[in-house]
Amino acid sequence: MIKKTDDLNKNKIISRRLFVLVAAKIGLLGIVTSRLYNLQISEKQKYEILSDKNRIREWKTPPQRGLITDYFNNVIADNQRVYQVHLSLEEVSNFNNAIFKLKNIISLKDDEIKKIYEKKEKSNPWDTLIISENLSWNEFSKLNLYLHELDGAKPVLSTSRYYPYSNDLVHVVGYVGDATTQDIQNKKKIEENFVPGLKVGKIGIENSKDTDLIGNHGTKRYEVNASGKKISEISYNKETQGENLRTTIDLEIQQLAQELLKNQAGSICVMDIYTGEVITMASSPTFDPNKFTHGISTKDWNEIKNDKLRPLLNKSLAGLYSPGSTIKPLVALAALEYGIVDTKFKVNCKGHDHPYELYGERYHCWKKNGHGWMSMRNAIKQSCDIYFYEVARLLGVDKLSLIAKRYGLGSKVLEDFFSEEKKGIVPSTKWKKQVLEQSWYLGETVITGIGQGYIQTTPLQLCLMTAQLANGGYKIKPNLIYDKEINLDAIKSKIESEKNKSVSQNILKDHEFKYYERLYRNQNNLKFVLDAMYGSTNEQFGTSFRSRHKEDKYKFAGKTGTSQVKRITDQDRELDLDLEEIEYKSRDHALFIAFAPYDKPRYSLSVLIEHGGSGSKAAAPLANKLIKKILDRHELREKIRKDLKNIA
Amino acid sequence: MILSTSLNSTSYSFLDKLRAIDYFLIIIVALIGSISVFSIYSTESGNFSFYTKNHLTRFLVFFSMFLVLSFVRVSFWYRQAYIFYILGILLLLLVIFFGISASGSKRWISLFIMNLQPSELMKIAIIVCFARYYHRIQSSDIQSYKYLLQPIILLLIPCYLVITQPDLGTAILIAGSGLAIIWLAGLKLRYFIYSGLILLVSLPFVISILKPYQKSRILTFFNPDRDPLGAGYQIIQSKIAIGSGGLLGKGFLQGTQSYLEFLPEKHTDFIFTLFSEEFGFVGSMLLILLYTLLIYRIIRIGFSSRSFFAKLYCYGFASALFLYIFVNIAMVVGLLPIVGAPLPIMSYGGSSMLSIMLGLSIVMSCKIYSRDPIGN
Repeated sequence: MIKKTDDLNKNKIISRRLFVLVAAKIGLLGIVTSRLYNLQISEKQKYEILSDKNRIREWKTPPQRGLITDYFNNVIADNQRVYQVHLSLEEVSNFNNAIFKLKNIISLKDDEIKKIYEKKEKSNPWDTLIISENLSWNEFSKLNLYLHELDGAKPVLSTSRYYPYSNDLVHVVGYVGDATTQDIQNKKKIEENFVPGLKVGKIGIENSKDTDLIGNHGTKRYEVNASGKKISEISYNKETQGENLRTTIDLEIQQLAQELLKNQAGSICVMDIYTGEVITMASSPTFDPNKFTHGISTKDWNEIKNDKLRPLLNKSLAGLYSPGSTIKPLVALAALEYGIVDTKFKVNCKGHDHPYELYGERYHCWKKNGHGWMSMRNAIKQSCDIYFYEVARLLGVDKLSLIAKRYGLGSKVLEDFFSEEKKGIVPSTKWKKQVLEQSWYLGETVITGIGQGYIQTTPLQLCLMTAQLANGGYKIKPNLIYDKEINLDAIKSKIESEKNKSVSQNILKDHEFKYYERLYRNQNNLKFVLDAMYGSTNEQFGTSFRSRHKEDKYKFAGKTGTSQVKRITDQDRELDLDLEEIEYKSRDHALFIAFAPYDKPRYSLSVLIEHGGSGSKAAAPLANKLIKKILDRHELREKIRKDLKNIA
Repeated sequence: MILSTSLNSTSYSFLDKLRAIDYFLIIIVALIGSISVFSIYSTESGNFSFYTKNHLTRFLVFFSMFLVLSFVRVSFWYRQAYIFYILGILLLLLVIFFGISASGSKRWISLFIMNLQPSELMKIAIIVCFARYYHRIQSSDIQSYKYLLQPIILLLIPCYLVITQPDLGTAILIAGSGLAIIWLAGLKLRYFIYSGLILLVSLPFVISILKPYQKSRILTFFNPDRDPLGAGYQIIQSKIAIGSGGLLGKGFLQGTQSYLEFLPEKHTDFIFTLFSEEFGFVGSMLLILLYTLLIYRIIRIGFSSRSFFAKLYCYGFASALFLYIFVNIAMVVGLLPIVGAPLPIMSYGGSSMLSIMLGLSIVMSCKIYSRDPIGN
């Protein structure tokens, strides 16, 4: 009986205990169920995204750069088909082995192999490595022959930048190269579209217009497994080519300019005096931008870098030179505008025996025997230094500086388009105090009057100055990329209305001018200066008389200049050496500015030959050939302008 | 009188036996088995190859074994209970000397046709042993120190042997199953509370003797992002797979997480993850429902059994089964640390399948021979 009651009791206990266990189980089951509900229903989207992130991997495909053309639609920066070999790292079982095999098929140099290993260090295991960017056809076909032995190697047909006119436009167009970490940090567009092997602009238009030229990368989405192996392509968002750019450059004139500058260091700039279009911007010597596309060799780079004539320097806008006598028309204009002297003002130039004297300092004219009594027109035409010493002294450096800045000196012509462009120096008493912390001497005014001393200009600034004188004294907007907003007819009618506007009282004070606003007080002053430049080229005793065109339609007006590299001593003057006898580095720079055609001016130009000697001998003759070409191509250019206007 | 005749009737006709079989339970087991075969098939991206073939063979063999062993008298299991336990311990000792090592732990002994994991058998042996132990003890004696100490020692020996393999998961499951029966037998609640407190206090010391990989698993459980590519990888990927399954799942053979090999151990511990990714919340609930029905049927058999041995065994086995299922699912959904516990029947693994089928056959034997009084 005891056993029986105990059994009953035991049974009861077990059942009760079971009940508690089952209750606990139901509770735990509830927890698991709610967890599953939470994961699969409430947070489904979150985990779906995570799952897609897991299984889908994106590969960016490189965009094609936009083309760059000249004004006449000649392609000056092209995309060329290239043969490449890529290595898909996820498919390579033994990297060292793969490189060794490739080395035997395509010629890889030791330093190239070193670079490949460096690149590999930085890549992800699923990346594709570019082994060679530019294979010859021979190498490429050989590669295809041995492809079955090369795990992961892929022959790829790609495009790369090609400059068909190689050396002729490097300073304008620039070149491309691999994007550096800095490039990626500095430009958002590069960062967004970065793909291994992406080329970005390093200098020139390629650099400043990179954002437009790059285009947008494509995206290929693949399903991948946990080790990153591609399983299938899911989608392909095609890459888009960058914008095509039309420049204002005339390829033929540019080529002629480079030809004229051959074997010399120098610059030629040509500009439309109304539209401000830069038609030519040549700098010499040049180099081949194509060498940079796939990484330049150390030997080639050293050759360019160590060239004494400094090919890397874009002399048109980053080379600084004293303007020399090319400043004289501007000095004359300033003196007339301020009414310091009139055109009849005369000075006697008596030769080296009786130089101009100021506080015991002596200032010589370039002409040994002197010019005799000079009026203003003659002084410009024959470039008499004594005359301009005196005019500058009377005028004062501050007024001269104000007018010089107004016509384009002392500031960047293309604003921030080229990072290397220089502002130059237009000195004034205030400038000297601020920069050199010294007071101004009158003697410095005197030499500023003939474009020597502190004053520093770029050839492009001189070209702009000439343009703004030749167009009758109106501010223009220089540009290098075709801009449909700039309309010749509109500019001309704006200028016409400015001409008849009454002169503001402030016209001779320092003040900010808008584009196409008149810069002068009295139109006659400008006319006088332009006429004097005509005399300089087209009349006997004019400094560029020998470079003139006799045919009416090519007639141009200009002004020579000689930029002293060092101070001329009395000893030099006595020796009076020929150019060939002076050491290259000590020879003067030759300058020439001009506009054409004279009767209806349309183009301005500047020529600079580094250490070329005198402007009339070295620089002016080049202008003769250039102007013929420019004017011959005028009709064609106007036709294009009309076509472009119609499209717009 | 009717009672006494039935008490003494220890002979069963074959027809009686067939009639006594719980067919519903067999159907549930067969269903879960089929689901498991398809799931393993899916882990091989729909190829009928190594794992699927093996799993199917094992299921068929052990399922047949379950059906055959169901006809072994329950009194046999009662009599051999301690032998079974001792055999289990011996096998565990054998592992120490002749065991096969894999990924840092020594758990298996080679039986030529398959590698046996004795700790899996121990999971059943402990239940059988404890069911017998408590079968005869009177309820009034259970609280005495003698009867308290003996089962604790019986439990600690296999747990220690399994922990040192090292296999924390199985040790916890063995301990859990044993404790379930001690609880059912009626040991006072306060002893459980005391031992729980002692465990809590000693936890820091326990952690200090854990193997580094075990420690990191527990740490990453609390913060899986600590090491997303290392120890936390499994939890994160498993949660992604389950979560992205959504309500109805990605479809059979469409689970990208497992197909693309993001899921580790997908045919063993993480088989539920794969199933849940492909069949979603609805599928998971159905599978859990099948397991619940299985447990319910086992409890029902225990309920209608006359002997304490059968009752304790069935309830104990049902609790253990629940524990295995809960630990596994809670683990893959990120509720518990990854300790290594297979999902009964579903997971790939011969020893686990063998022990579950063995356990089920004892349950069925309890059903068929429910009128056996056992003992005195």
